[in-house]
Amino acid sequence: MEKEVKRFPVSHVIGFLASLALTFIAAVIALKTSLSFKAIMWIIGSLAVIQAGLQLFMFMHMTEGEDGKTNIINIAYGVFVAVVVVVGSVWVLTSGHAAH
Amino acid sequence: MSANVNTSLPLEYQTHQSRMNILGFWIFLGAEIVLFATLFAVYAVLYQNYAGGPTHQDIIMIKEVMIQTLLLLTSSFTCGLAIYEMRRNNVKGLISWLVITLLLGAGFLFMEINEFIHYIHEGATMQTSAFLSSFFVLLGTHGAHVTLGIGWAIIVIIQLIKRGLTPVTARKIFIIGLYWHFLDVVWIFIFTFVYLKGMVG
Repeated sequence: MEKEVKRFPVSHVIGFLASLALTFIAAVIALKTSLSFKAIMWIIGSLAVIQAGLQLFMFMHMTEGEDGKTNIINIAYGVFVAVVVVVGSVWVLTSGHAAH
Repeated sequence: MSANVNTSLPLEYQTHQSRMNILGFWIFLGAEIVLFATLFAVYAVLYQNYAGGPTHQDIIMIKEVMIQTLLLLTSSFTCGLAIYEMRRNNVKGLISWLVITLLLGAGFLFMEINEFIHYIHEGATMQTSAFLSSFFVLLGTHGAHVTLGIGWAIIVIIQLIKRGLTPVTARKIFIIGLYWHFLDVVWIFIFTFVYLKGMVG
């Protein structure tokens, strides 16, 4: 576990600047370009995942402490269930027989 | 509770009880991810069911939403700085950054409530369409979390001022910090998959 004795919170500032950049890039791509809906959603969706990762690792110190591995497994499982619930619901309810 | 004190660790990790509490809170956050996933799933299924009511492009005020996003993102950063100052044993810095965090959070909440009032005046209420029902439930659940977080943080700050920085108060501040960062994580996905998606599609 790191002991923070540094004079300047480098990782926080980097995380903040990167988050700002990701937010603005996503906004510009969504609002100012004429890419297809699918392409835009893939790009800004990926940017959102990267930014969420920044928060978890650089701000929340998810991996520190004796339970760091447990935290990662727990959050990874939470994300897995989230993806199954969202993608599964959209798949079942907007395609095939359910759409008719 | 005072057993197993390890002074080589940051204050909030020094007792076994604190380490268990922090682990338990991470498990709670795992459940929160799933809670929000169910609301995102409902929204993703129903987001084009306008029922003759307003669409995304009719109502979304993207400029205000950008400001809300920046307020919450900055508050997540200042909350990180608060924990950073706590680990340097700088109580004044810790309290100052926590208060700034809460002011930014309150600014976010104020703008979000105004946004909702604006929508309702435009005739876009929870009862208007499936799109707006799922929209208000998802956004409202997040806003309720922010409101709860502000109240919780105020109570913890009062305790910090009364009792000073101890392994127990440090742990409580660390945990409210995790909660606050988590709310920003949820907002990133609301910003992307509700607002930006609505402006594109």
